[in-house]
Amino acid sequence: MERLVASFFNLDILQQAWPILLEGFWMTVKLTLVVVPLGVAGGLAVALASTVRSRLVRWTVVVYVDFFRAFPPLVLLMFIAFGLPFLKIDLGAFGAVALAFLLNTSSYYGEIFRAGIESVPRGQYEAARSTGLSALQTMGWVVVPQATRNVIPDLISNTLEVVKLTSLASVVALPELLFAARQAQSLTYNATPIIAAGIIYLVCLWPLVRLLSRFEHRQIALH
Amino acid sequence: MSHDQAAILEVRGLHKSFGSLEVLKGVDLVVRPRELVFVIGPSGSGKSTLLRCCNRLEEPNAGSIRIEGVDILAPRVDINAVRQRIGMVFQSFNLYPHLNALGNVTLALRKVAGKPREQAEAAAMQALARVGLAEKAKSYPNELSGGQQQRVAIARAIALEPVVMLFDEPTSALDPELVGSVLAVMRELRESGMTMVVVSHEMRFARSAADRVIFMDHGRILEEGPPAQLFNAPDHPRIREFIASIEH
Repeated sequence: MERLVASFFNLDILQQAWPILLEGFWMTVKLTLVVVPLGVAGGLAVALASTVRSRLVRWTVVVYVDFFRAFPPLVLLMFIAFGLPFLKIDLGAFGAVALAFLLNTSSYYGEIFRAGIESVPRGQYEAARSTGLSALQTMGWVVVPQATRNVIPDLISNTLEVVKLTSLASVVALPELLFAARQAQSLTYNATPIIAAGIIYLVCLWPLVRLLSRFEHRQIALH
Repeated sequence: MSHDQAAILEVRGLHKSFGSLEVLKGVDLVVRPRELVFVIGPSGSGKSTLLRCCNRLEEPNAGSIRIEGVDILAPRVDINAVRQRIGMVFQSFNLYPHLNALGNVTLALRKVAGKPREQAEAAAMQALARVGLAEKAKSYPNELSGGQQQRVAIARAIALEPVVMLFDEPTSALDPELVGSVLAVMRELRESGMTMVVVSHEMRFARSAADRVIFMDHGRILEEGPPAQLFNAPDHPRIREFIASIEH
């Protein structure tokens, strides 16, 4: 028990490692603040594209979504970060992460939004169009607000996954929280920084998890 | 082809098919200003489809539709501008659940008619007052009864100052005790001179308010005339049967 505490919950080590962890934490926050809005916006665009009349566009969306849902995000990120520079496309580590996450998460967010849009009754669309709103206005003011409200739990749940997935950024040497923790671990020969990083994730994500279950309960109550 | 200059709505030779099913088989209908035309007929006779073609929620396969003389099926016509002038009320109300009554009425006023917020809200309040729901402006659809929701839906349509109102079974989804409030609003609209086309089974309302009743069957107009004639002495036994089955 003592050895467990000494190598996993060691306060002295934590004190040493804290500055590195804090830097890693801010990097993770920064990544999240870029990657989540990008993914949500991309997902909405994907979902809207899947509602247009053109078959070509709809098929392109299907291929896009299928591909990026099935393709491992780690490989995608490594290809963008290390492969594209050979084509003279060098986005830098942060840019590579942003692009990889946009491609990967927009396909997931896109499917969620699509389900939301399909859950809005056709009569809503017809009522809006009958007052003269254009197709785009109808989407923006009538369908998407309702669609989003219908899928908030799925959006939160996916966002939780995305935040945890930002630790992938460590493979392109972006010093996010988990990367920093592993660095601190190898400097101190002690696992405490890893545990600390885990606890930071837990503390930050827990409110989101609570929120999620609140929504899920409310939905059950509504039905 | 000559057309009726005085007509608000003029439908000629309208055909509409869904796949191989021909729902409208050549319908002609002329509605003049301030007229209330009632459309009745068995389910599947094409009444709703006829109405939905008039603002192109359904695209007709053939025929012409004119609103105040303007061919709304013409390729270059701005359908969104046309729809502003044609109010539509649906069986299932279709209020926007995420907006309150005021928001439901102001949306098109702001986004389509381009009115600034204050003007839009003033116009919306006027429309809500007209349907007797000014005090419910801040209520959301799920806080309103079916009858109140339908009256908000009517306010949403009349706020745009349409030249004709289309009612697609406006009271069919309502509990019997709520029907009266909606019919009262429709009666007030008629008295104010609104041109209206109403698909409905409210025969008593048709008898007292309609100028003309149209009986549709199998995608065609079987007979039309003043309510007294169509209800009391129709030429077709088919119509007598139908009316008896509804009124019994």
